[in-house]
Amino acid sequence: MVAMDGDVDKVFKALADPGRRLLLDRLRADNGQTLGQLCEHLDMSRQAVTKHLKRLEEARLVATIWRGREKFHYLNPVPIHEIAERWIGKYERGRLRVLAELKKNLEGESDE
Amino acid sequence: MNNSRFVYVTYIRTRPEKLWQALIDPEFTRRFWNETWQDCEWQLGATWRLMIPDGRVADAGEVVEIEPQRRLVLRWRNEFMGELREEGYSRMTYEIEKKGESVKLTVIHEMERPGSKFIDAVSGGWPMILSSLKSLLETGEPLEETKRWPKGM
Repeated sequence: MVAMDGDVDKVFKALADPGRRLLLDRLRADNGQTLGQLCEHLDMSRQAVTKHLKRLEEARLVATIWRGREKFHYLNPVPIHEIAERWIGKYERGRLRVLAELKKNLEGESDE
Repeated sequence: MNNSRFVYVTYIRTRPEKLWQALIDPEFTRRFWNETWQDCEWQLGATWRLMIPDGRVADAGEVVEIEPQRRLVLRWRNEFMGELREEGYSRMTYEIEKKGESVKLTVIHEMERPGSKFIDAVSGGWPMILSSLKSLLETGEPLEETKRWPKGM
């Protein structure tokens, strides 16, 4: 089950950058965007976004498909799920979800 | 954006023929896909049904494209949840590519409408099922959570 450590390194390194996390947030909010769409509301150069997307793709956190001449980017949560499986046992999952809910409620966050 | 779509990718240390078998063979799918199995002849135009262990049909449709060990496209809709069934047919594609020692599996699931509840609903389950499939093929054991059909569903 355990992903190869090289792959895991790539995921953590990709996630270590706030700019790249922001890109993942943007895809979470609106999945399937082109480079142009992703650049629209970001305070980053097109070049920087391109570089970040490449790192995210290498870490497999972003999956892409071509439709005609456009490349669309999708959030790929599978590597994060695999990492979670490595350290979160089946019995802990329920309790962790309860704790996460509690934290969310206490901090007054809405669901979205 | 007119379509609702998600794209999931996983790399599995296995061979394309084993992955293909795992994706269609009831003996395999029952283990990593919550005890469900697919009732299908696996040829172009064949009807396709995803069966729940108690005998109900979860989803139903047909085979749109089939290229063993490389590509499978199914057209299907949900059959047991009214709200999702109403949205009609979705298109699901599996692409299998050999990449060195691993096989890359891409799952694309889409529906021709924005903001599809169906796509939302199915997207949640896939990461777990794909992790479990990977685990089954690499270690011989699926994830605990996918071994049984969820109680009361």
